[in-house]
Amino acid sequence: MLRASLRQVSAALKEGQVTPTELCQRCLSLIKSTKLLNAYITVAEETALKQAEESEKRYRRGQPLGILDGIPIAVKDNFNTAGIETTCASNMLKGYIPPYNATVVQKLQDQGAVLLGKTNLDEFAMGSGSTDGVFGPVRNPWSYSRQYKEKSVPKSDSEREEFKWVITGGSSGGSAAAVSSFTCFAALGSDTGGSTRNPAAHCGVVGLKPTYGLISRHGLIPLVNSMDVPGILTRCVDDAAVVLGSLAGHDPKDSTTIQDVFQPFELPSLPDVSKLCIGIPKEYNAPGLSSEILSVWSKAADLFKNAGAKVIEVSLPHTHYSIVCYHVLCTAEVASNMARFDGLEYGHRSDVNKSTESMYAATRREGFNDVVRGRILSGNYFLLKQNYENYFVKAQKVRRLIANDFVKVFGSGVDILLTPTTLNDAVPYMEFIKEDNRTRSTQDDILTQAANMAGLPAINVPTALSERGLPVGLQFIGRSFQEKQLLTVAKWFEKQVKFPMIQLEEVKGA
Amino acid sequence: MAAAALGCGGGWRRAWRRGLGGLVPVPVPVPIPIPIPIPIPIPALVHVAVPVPACRPPRVVARNAGGGAVPAGKSGLAPWVPVVGLEIHAQISSNSKLFSGSQVQFAAPPNSLVSFFDASLPGTLPVGAFLACFSLSQCLQMRLGMAFVRTHRYTWALAEKVLNRRCVEAAVMTGLALNCSINKKSLFDRKHYFYADLPAGYQITQQRVPIAVNGSLSYSLCIDNKMSQMVTKTVRIKQIQLEQDSGKSLHDDSRSQTLVDLNRAGVGLMEVVMEPDMCCGEEAAAAVRELQLILQTLGSSQAIMAEGQLRVDANVSVHHPGEPYGVRTEVKNINSIRFLAKAIDYEIQRQIEELENGGTILNETRAFDSKLGCTVPMRDKEGMQDYRFMPEPNLPPLILYDTKSLPANVNHQQVVNIDWIHERLPDLPSAKRAKLVELYGILPEHSFTLVNEDGLTEFFENVLKQTQMKPKKVIGWILNDLLSYLKQHSCTVKESPVSSVLLADLLNLLEKKEISASAAKQVFEELWKGEGKTPLEIVKEKQLQLIEDREELEQICQAVIDEHEKEVMAIKAGNQKIVNKLIGLVQRATQGRSNPVLVKQILEKKLSE
Repeated sequence: MLRASLRQVSAALKEGQVTPTELCQRCLSLIKSTKLLNAYITVAEETALKQAEESEKRYRRGQPLGILDGIPIAVKDNFNTAGIETTCASNMLKGYIPPYNATVVQKLQDQGAVLLGKTNLDEFAMGSGSTDGVFGPVRNPWSYSRQYKEKSVPKSDSEREEFKWVITGGSSGGSAAAVSSFTCFAALGSDTGGSTRNPAAHCGVVGLKPTYGLISRHGLIPLVNSMDVPGILTRCVDDAAVVLGSLAGHDPKDSTTIQDVFQPFELPSLPDVSKLCIGIPKEYNAPGLSSEILSVWSKAADLFKNAGAKVIEVSLPHTHYSIVCYHVLCTAEVASNMARFDGLEYGHRSDVNKSTESMYAATRREGFNDVVRGRILSGNYFLLKQNYENYFVKAQKVRRLIANDFVKVFGSGVDILLTPTTLNDAVPYMEFIKEDNRTRSTQDDILTQAANMAGLPAINVPTALSERGLPVGLQFIGRSFQEKQLLTVAKWFEKQVKFPMIQLEEVKGA
Repeated sequence: MAAAALGCGGGWRRAWRRGLGGLVPVPVPVPIPIPIPIPIPIPALVHVAVPVPACRPPRVVARNAGGGAVPAGKSGLAPWVPVVGLEIHAQISSNSKLFSGSQVQFAAPPNSLVSFFDASLPGTLPVGAFLACFSLSQCLQMRLGMAFVRTHRYTWALAEKVLNRRCVEAAVMTGLALNCSINKKSLFDRKHYFYADLPAGYQITQQRVPIAVNGSLSYSLCIDNKMSQMVTKTVRIKQIQLEQDSGKSLHDDSRSQTLVDLNRAGVGLMEVVMEPDMCCGEEAAAAVRELQLILQTLGSSQAIMAEGQLRVDANVSVHHPGEPYGVRTEVKNINSIRFLAKAIDYEIQRQIEELENGGTILNETRAFDSKLGCTVPMRDKEGMQDYRFMPEPNLPPLILYDTKSLPANVNHQQVVNIDWIHERLPDLPSAKRAKLVELYGILPEHSFTLVNEDGLTEFFENVLKQTQMKPKKVIGWILNDLLSYLKQHSCTVKESPVSSVLLADLLNLLEKKEISASAAKQVFEELWKGEGKTPLEIVKEKQLQLIEDREELEQICQAVIDEHEKEVMAIKAGNQKIVNKLIGLVQRATQGRSNPVLVKQILEKKLSE
C-alpha cells in the first residue's frame, strides 16, 4: 500500500480499503524503521495521528475534502509549521516553534493532508548534498536497495563495514529520501538553484520546480527571495500535478505571486508529443558530465524523435556565466536575509553579554555553520558601496542575459528543453565531503540553476539506473507558467522509460 | 534619564511590566532585555553621559536670516559661511503600518501592535496592496531587478489593505504640496544595519528611485526679531521617500538592559531630504515650521515633534566663501523646533571655534543635549556605516497614474491617480495667508502669525463673524492681547478661556462706544479668569460704562484742573502737550470710563476760559 502513488492511495481511502489512521500509522512505523536515513528532523506523530483521525471522520461522513484528504505528506524543515518546530537544520532555529503556517502548509492542511513531519536539509538550504545540516547528513535510500548493493557493495564482511552509503543530493534531500523510501506520498522541498530537482534525481523521484510566482513563498524561510520556489517531490508525474493543483495560485501575503487564476489540471492519460519541438541545449553537455548520463540523455532525445517530435540542438550561450552570477546574487540576498537572526526576538541567543554587539557576534557564530557564515561574508562584500556596481549590478545584468537566452529559444519555436539534471549519479558520503560545500554547490547546481535565474518551471524525471545501480534523472524545462505542457511531456517520458522501483532492503547501519 | 531623552516619559518602567497589552504571539517575548554593559555599547539615540566640560555655553552666531554675513574669523580671513541641510522623518498619519495590517497608535502598551512581519519572523513577507502585480513575463522582468520594464500590462492587486493606499497617497500629497515631481514608478530598497529595534536587520526604504523628487519649500522669517521685516526664502527638496519606521529601544541603565518595543516598527514614514540651502538655526526652524504646517494642513502627518511624529536631523558644516563645503556633522536627538535652532547655532559656533583654534571637524553624529544646550558626540556605529543597499526582492515597483496614463476599466479603488490628488489638495499655508491679506486687508506679517499659531485663523474669523469691528482693528486685539495672554500662560488657542464669542461681545461694546479701550482691556483681564461672566456683566459689575453725563464729566475735569495749577500754567504758557497728561488724569479719576475725545474738548474749553 505504501508503495502506491498518491492517486492510487487516495482511491483506496475513498473505497475504504484503508483508513487515514492506518495509513498514517504505517508511515510512522516505516519512518521509525528507516530512521537511519535521517530523512526527518521532526516527526510530528501526535498531530499527524490527530489529523488522520479528523480525516477519518470526514471519510466516515462521506465528506472527504478532496484527493489529498488523509494523505500523509512531509514538509522540508524550512517551511513554517504552526506549533511544530521549524529549524532549517540550524542551531540558530533549534527549538523554534513558529506561530503560523506557511501558505503551502496551510493549503495542504486545508485539503486534509496529514503532516507527518519536517524533513532534513542543508543548513538554511545552503548546499547540494543534504550533508551540511546540524542534524547530520541524509542517507540515500538507494544505498540500501538491492539494485545498488548487487552492483556496488563488496561481499566481504570487512569491506561491508565501510559500506559506502551515498548522499541524497540537496538541499531537499530529506524530502527526496522520504518519498523514495515510501514513508510519505509526497513531500514539499524548496528550489533556489536546483534543491528539489537535484535530490529528486539522486533518489529516483519526480521533482518539480514550478514557475516563480505560481506558488506562494509566504512562510518559506528564504534563501534567495528572487529565486526561491516551493518544490514538489512525488513518486510520479501525475502526483506532482495533483499537488501543484492544490498549492498554486495568488496569495495576498506574497506580492510576487501572480494574479491570474490558476486552473488545476489533469494530465492526459495518453499524452502526445508528436507535434512538439524539443530543444537540446548544447551548453548542458558541460565539463564533468558523465558519459553514462550523456548516453541516457541522447537516448531520451531519440525517444522523442522516434515518437515524431522535432528534436533540435539549441544554444543558451550565457549558461556558463550562470553559476558565478548565481553566486553573487545568492550570497548578497543571503547576507540580507540572514540579518534578522540576531538572537533578540527568536532563535538562539548566546550567553555572551559583554555588549549588544558581542552578543550579536557570538549568537551568529554559534548559530550558523561555516557555509552560512561564509555566504554572509561574501554577500556583504558584494553589497559594499564600492563593490555594488561591479558585482551585484553586473550579476543582475548577466541574469538578464541568461533569462533572455531562454526567451529567445522559446521564441524560436522550441516547446520544451531536455537536459540532464546532474553531472553524475550520487556519490558516497565519504567521497562527497572531500570537497567543500562551495565547490560541491558549484558543480551540482550547474545544470539546474539557470532555470531559477529565469524563473522557469523545470522537472526532474527519473530515467534509468546507472552502472552502480543508482538513479539517473533528466530535466525538462518549460515556458513560464506552462506547467501543464511541461508535465504532459514529463508524463509521456515517464511512461516510456519505465524507471524501476526501488527494491528497498532493511535499512541498517554498517 | 536616557529613557526620558527618548521621549517615552517617566512611566515606561511601569508600562513594561510583563503581561501588559495583548502581546505578540509566541516568539516576541514581552520585554526583550538585551544585556548592555557599562559603558553602554548601544550607539544611536542614547544620550551618552559625556563629561560636561566638553560643552561650551551656547553662543548665538550668525543672525543672518537676511542672507547676511557671519562673523569674520579671528584670523581676519574671509568670514565663515555655515551650511545647513535637513533630513526630516514624518510619520504618516495612517491607521495601519506600511507593509502590514498592524494598527498604528501612540502610547499603546508595548509590543501590542506587532504582526509577525513587524517582528521579522522568518518567512514573513512585506505586503503592499497598491503595488503593481505583474502577470507572467512582466513578473520576471520586475524580479530581475532591472530598471527597464518596457511593457505595461499589469493586473491589479485587490485593495485588501486600503490603509497602505493611505500611506502612498499621503506621500503623493506631500510631494505635490512641496512642488516635487512624482515618480510614476518608484522602487523599494533594503538598507542594512544592526540595531536592537530593527528586527529584520534592514529597513525597507526608497534609495534609488523615491516616490517624489526635485521640489522646493518657501518659508519666511523675520529679521532681527522684527515682525515688520520679513524675508521669504526657498529651500530645495531633494526627495521624499517612503520607508518603514524602526521600533523603540528603551535603555535601563541601572539594570544594564535595553528593552525593545516594536509597536512603531513598520509604521510608514516619509523622509523629506532638504538640500543644504540654509545657513542658520532660525532658517532651519522656519523651514521646519512651514513644513509642519503643510503636513498638518494636508493631514499627511500629525507632525507633532514631541510625540516623535516629526524627527529632524540637521547636517551642519562651515566653510569660507568660494571654498568647497567643510566636513559636516549630523545633529540628532532634537525634539522641538526651538531646540532645532539652538542645536544648529551651537554646532555652527562650535565648528567655527574648533577651526579657528586649528582643530578639525570630524564627520560624526552628534546629539543635542537640551539641558546643557550643546551637542555631544554620539558613540558611532562601528565607524563609517556602509548600509549595503540592495533592491527589496519581495516588493514589485510602486506604480502611480495620472489621468492620461490611467488604463481603461480600472477600478479606482485600486489605483492612485496623481491628478485626482492634485485637484483635491487643500489650501496650503501660503495660500491661506495670501487670502487673509486680501480678504481682511491685514498686513502680511500678521497673516503669518495667524496661520502659524494653531487655530488662530479660525479664532480670528469667528470673532469677525460676530462683530462689526473692522478686521484691521480686530487683528490688534488678537495679536496683542489674546496672543500675549496665551504666551504668558503657555496656552494653545483651543485652551483659551476667552472664546471668540466673548471677545466679539467685548469688541462690540467697544465699537458701540459703550466702554473705552482701556476699560475693554480691564474686561479682557476679567474674562481671562474664566469665571463664566459675559463682558456686559463685567462692565456692569465694575461700572466700566462710559460716563454719558456731560455735567458729571465737567465736574471731574474741573477738579483735575484745580488740583494741577502748575500744569495749567504750562499749558497756558503754550505747552499744549501737557493737555494729554490732564486727559490721562481724568481717565484715571474715572477709572477709564471717560471718552478721551470728549474729555479733551471739555478741558480745552475750560482752559481757554
